[in-house]
Amino acid sequence: MTQPVLEIRNLNVEYGLGEQAVRAVRDVNLTLHRGEVLGLAGESGSGKSTLAYGLTRLLAPPGVITGGQVVYHPEKGDPYDVLGLSDRELRSFRWAETAIVFQGAMNSLNPVHKISTQLTDVLRAHEPTMSEHSRNARAREMLKLVGISPDRMDAYPHQLSGGMRQRVMIGMALILQPQVVIMDEPTTALDVVMQRQILGQLIELRERLGFSVIFITHDLSLLVEFSNRIAIMYGGRIVEEAPAGSIYRDALHPYSKGLLGSFPALRGPRRELTGIPGSPPDLKGMPTGCSFHPRCPKAFDPCAGNIPVLGRPGTPDGSARTVACWLHPTEQPVG
Amino acid sequence: MTIPTSSIEQVIPGQGSMAQPETGRPAKAKRQRFRFVSNRKATTGLVILGVYVLLAIIGPWIAPYDPGARGGNLVQPPSADHWMGTTHLGQDVFSQLLVGTRSVMFVGFFAGIVATVLSVLIGVTAGYVGGKTDEGLSALSNVFLVIPALPLIIIITSTLENAEDWLIALVIGLTSWSWNARVLRAQTLSLRRRDFVEASRASGERTWRVIGFELLPNLTAVIASGFVGTVIFAVLSEITLAFIGVTSNTTWNWGTILFWAQGQQALAQSAWWWFVPAGLAIALLGTALSLINFGIDEFVSPRLRSAGKTRIKTTSGRTVRMRIGFTPVLSNSPEPHTRARPVPGVDPHGATPVVRKEVAP
Amino acid sequence: MKYFLQRLAFYLFTAWAAITLNFFIPRMIPGDPVQALVTKYQGQLSSKAIESLYVLFGLDKEAGIWDEYVSYWKQLLSGDLGLSFTFFPTPVSEIISESLPWTLLLVGITTVISFFLGTGLGVLAGWRRGSWTDGLLPVTTFLSSVPYFWLGIIAIYLLTGPDSFFPSSGGFDSGLVPAWDQYFVPSAIQHSLLPALTILISSVSGWILSMRNMMVTVSSEDYITVAHAKGLSDRRVALSYAARNALLPNVSGFALSLGFIVGGTLLVEIVFSYPGVGFALFQALGASDYPLMQGVFLIITISVLVANLLADIAYLLLDPRTRKEG
Ligand SMILES: Nc1ncnc2c1ncn2[C@@H]1O[C@H](COP(=O)(O)OP(=O)(O)OP(=O)(O)O)[C@@H](O)[C@H]1O
Ligand code: SF4
Ligand SMILES: [Mg+2]
Repeated sequence: MTQPVLEIRNLNVEYGLGEQAVRAVRDVNLTLHRGEVLGLAGESGSGKSTLAYGLTRLLAPPGVITGGQVVYHPEKGDPYDVLGLSDRELRSFRWAETAIVFQGAMNSLNPVHKISTQLTDVLRAHEPTMSEHSRNARAREMLKLVGISPDRMDAYPHQLSGGMRQRVMIGMALILQPQVVIMDEPTTALDVVMQRQILGQLIELRERLGFSVIFITHDLSLLVEFSNRIAIMYGGRIVEEAPAGSIYRDALHPYSKGLLGSFPALRGPRRELTGIPGSPPDLKGMPTGCSFHPRCPKAFDPCAGNIPVLGRPGTPDGSARTVACWLHPTEQPVG
Repeated sequence: MTIPTSSIEQVIPGQGSMAQPETGRPAKAKRQRFRFVSNRKATTGLVILGVYVLLAIIGPWIAPYDPGARGGNLVQPPSADHWMGTTHLGQDVFSQLLVGTRSVMFVGFFAGIVATVLSVLIGVTAGYVGGKTDEGLSALSNVFLVIPALPLIIIITSTLENAEDWLIALVIGLTSWSWNARVLRAQTLSLRRRDFVEASRASGERTWRVIGFELLPNLTAVIASGFVGTVIFAVLSEITLAFIGVTSNTTWNWGTILFWAQGQQALAQSAWWWFVPAGLAIALLGTALSLINFGIDEFVSPRLRSAGKTRIKTTSGRTVRMRIGFTPVLSNSPEPHTRARPVPGVDPHGATPVVRKEVAP
Repeated sequence: MKYFLQRLAFYLFTAWAAITLNFFIPRMIPGDPVQALVTKYQGQLSSKAIESLYVLFGLDKEAGIWDEYVSYWKQLLSGDLGLSFTFFPTPVSEIISESLPWTLLLVGITTVISFFLGTGLGVLAGWRRGSWTDGLLPVTTFLSSVPYFWLGIIAIYLLTGPDSFFPSSGGFDSGLVPAWDQYFVPSAIQHSLLPALTILISSVSGWILSMRNMMVTVSSEDYITVAHAKGLSDRRVALSYAARNALLPNVSGFALSLGFIVGGTLLVEIVFSYPGVGFALFQALGASDYPLMQGVFLIITISVLVANLLADIAYLLLDPRTRKEG
C-alpha cells in the first residue's frame, strides 16, 4: 500500500495554444499506490478525463501537455517518466502497464470487427510470440472473467448489450495484466444493480491480480464504497485528497463538502442535500486566488488573491491527507 | 462528371456519425454565417464565383468582338488584337469565352434553383411526414439517383429541337435533384428528433410553421451545399451537351467553343488557344464552387476544419506535430506552472469571512 | 440476406422505371422524327422492322397506350431494340453487344482502379493530416473540377502525335480484326491506355477527397483512441480501425456516384473515338438515330444498376451491421 506505482508531478494539460488555450489540468500532483483504488471526483468539466488520458498522451488535438512528469514504477527495474518515452516505447508501455476503460464505453469497440479480433490484436501487438491458439484461449478466459460466455467471442459489438460491451472493455483492459487500470465512468450507462455487480467483480479481480485502479465517476456513493482514497478535482486542480472514509466523514475543503452534500448518505443519519450554488468555473477566465472563492460559503480575506497550496492540514489525521484551502493552511506543500 | 466530394452529400441514413449539422437554434445563425465567411476556402471560392457572376452580367458588353463575327485572321495564336487567338472563321476566342459566361452561369444557377426547390420539397416532406409518404418519395429519389443522369439528359434534350438555355436548365434541374433530396431527408429525420422541433410539434404549431421556422433555418448549410453541388453538375452537363452538339450551337457557351474546336480539327492544327481557355474556365469555376462546398462542410462538421497550427515547438525547441493518439509534450519539467506559496500569517479562525459575490445560477 | 433481397427488389423496380421512362420519352416528342426516318428508308425496311419501330416509338396512333406498353415489353424481352439508322440496317442489339465489352472493360477497370487508388491516397492524406499530403488537396480539387472530355483533349494534344507511343483514336489498329490473339490484344491495350489515364486522373481526385474527409471524421471516434491506447502499431490503427470504417460510406458513395462517373466516361470515348457505347451514342446523336440512342440509354442504365448491386454486395460484406438479420 505504501509503494507508489504512478506518480503524477505537476501535470499541466491545455487545449489549444497560446492565449486562447483552455488550461484543463493545472499543476496536478497525485500518487497512485500499488494495489489501491484511487477515486477521482469533481463536477463535469473539472478535468478528470483530461487528467486520465493525458497520463499516457492519449488526448486528441488540440490537447497538449505543457509540463509535468508521470513517473511509472515498474514491478522490477527503475522508475521512468512516461511522458519522456519515444513513440515506440510508449506503444509498448500502453495497455501492458496501464490500460484504460474509456468514458462512454459504448463507442469504444470497433463496429466492424468481432470482439475476438479486438481482444486478440492486443496480444498480437504486445506478445508477438504467442500462438494463435493461446491468444484465443486467453481471450476466452478474459470474457469468462468478466462474466460473458466465451461463445460470444465471434459476436460483433452491435450484437452485444451496452452492459456486455462495457464488460468486454473491462476484460480487454485486464488481458495483459497491467499494473494500473484507469476507469473513466465505466458503468454510467448501466443500471444500479449491474453497476455494483461489475464493480464488485472488478474489486475481486484486483485482489486476485494486484493491479491499482484510478476510478472516475460522478456517483459518489460508488466512489466511497469502492475506493481506498479519493481525490477531488475543481477547475483542473486537485483540491483535496484523503482516505475514502475521511472524505466521507469529514471533508475539509468546502467544495468537497458541497459535493458530498449533493448526494444522499449511504447509511446512518440522513443529511440535508445542499448542493453547491453557482456554476463550475470558466476555464478560460479562472477566478484569481482560490478558484472556488466566488462560490465558497467560507471564503475570507486571502482567498481571492492567493492560490492555496495543496498540503497536509494540521488535523489529527493530517499526515494521511492533503487539502488546498486557506482554512487549512499548511507548512508542508506537496509536489 | 465529377464525383460529388462533399461529405455532407455522403450522409447515409443510419450512419449518423457524419456531418450532423451542429447548428443550434436559429438565433445563433447570424454569428455562424459570419464564421462561414471567415473560412478561407469559402472566401476564395466566393470571390472567384463573384468574378464569374460579374462577367456573366457584363461579358457581352465588354467583349471586344461579336463572338460570331468572322475575321480575316484564321486560326491565329494569341496576339494583341486577339488575346486568345482566333478560330477557323477568324472569330475571337476571348469574346466567345466572355459572351459564353452568361449562358453557363444562367444554366448553372437556374438548374440549381429548380433542383434545390424540388429536393427541399421532396426531401423535407419525406423526412418530416414519414410513413407511406416517405417510402414513396424515397423510392422516387432513389430511382432518380441510380438512373445515370447525364445519358438521360442527353436523350431528353436530343428529342427537343434546338432547345433554349432555360429548357436545358429545366431538364437538368428536373433530373438532378435526387441526391440532395436524399441528404435533406436524412437531415430532416435527425432534426425532427431534436428537442426544439419536438417541442414545437407538441405545442401544436402548424406543420408549415415548424418546417419554415424550425427546420429550414437549420438545414440552410445542407441546402446551400446541395445547391452548389447541383450548379457544378449543371454547368458540366450544359457544356457537355454543347460539346457533343446536342443543343443549339447558335448561343455561345464554353461547350460550343469546344464543339467547334473539336469539329474543326483544332488539335491537328495545334491550336491550343482554341480549347485550353474554355476548359480552364470550367475547371476554375468548378474549383471555386468546390471550395465553397468545402467551406460549408467544415462549417457543418467542425472535425474537418483544419486543426489550425499542426506543428508546434516544445520548450526545448523541437518541432512536434499535433496528431491523434500521441498528445504532444511541450515540456516535461516537474516544475509547477503557478507558484502557490504559503502566505504567512493567515489565521482562518480570526479572519472575517468576506461576503460572497453573487454568482449567476 | 433480407437486406440483399430488398436491394434486389429495388433495382428491379428501378429497371422497370427506367424502361417505362424509355417508353414514354419518344411518345412525348413533338413531331415524329422517327416517322420521318421510316419514310426516308421506306423501300429498304422490311415490314417486320417497320412493325418493330412502330411498337418502340408509338407511331401506331390507333393502338391504345396500354396495348402499346404490353407489346413494347414483349419486344424488349425478345431482345429486339429496333434497327439502327446510323449503321443501317444493323439491329441496335447487335451494335450494343459489339460496343458494350469495350466500355465495360475500359470504364469498369479504370473505375475500380481509380476507386482503390483514390481511397488509398485518401487514407494517407486523412491519416497524415497536417503533413505534406495536405498540399495535394488544392491540386486534387482542381483536377476533380476538370471535365473528363477536356482532359482527354489535352491528353491527345500533349501526348499523341506521329511518333508517339499513344494512338490518338480508335480501340485498336485499323489493320486488325478483333480476336483474342497476340496482335489484337496488345493493340487494344495500347489504345486504351490514354483514355484510361484520362478517366483515372479526373476521377481519382474525388475519391481522394471524400476518403480523406471520411478518415478525418472517423479518426475522432472513440474506438480509434482505444486502438491507440491498446498500443497497436500505427499501421494497424490506420488500416484496420480507421480506414476500415471510413471505407463504408465511401463504398456506398461509390455505388451512388456510378451514374455520374459513367456519364463522364462516355464523353472520353467520344473524344478518343473509342468503340464503346458512348461513341455509339455520339454517332447516333449526329444522325438522329433514336432507336440506337434509346438502346444505349437502356443498356447504360442496366449496367449501372448491376454495378450498384455489386457495390451493395460489397457493402454487405464489409459492414457486419447490415448482416444482422442473417
Ligand atoms: N477538445 C477540447 N477542446 C477544448 N476544450 C476541451 C476539449 N476537451 C475538453 N475540453 C475542456 O476541458 C475541460 C475538462 O474536460 P474533461 O473532459 O476532462 O472533464 P471531466 O471532468 O471528465 O468531465 P465529465 O465528468 O463530464 O466527463 C472541460 O472544461 C472542457 O470544456
Ligand atoms: S481557499 Fe477560501 S475560497 Fe477556497 S475553498 Fe478555502 S475557504 Fe473557500
Ligand atoms: Mg470525463
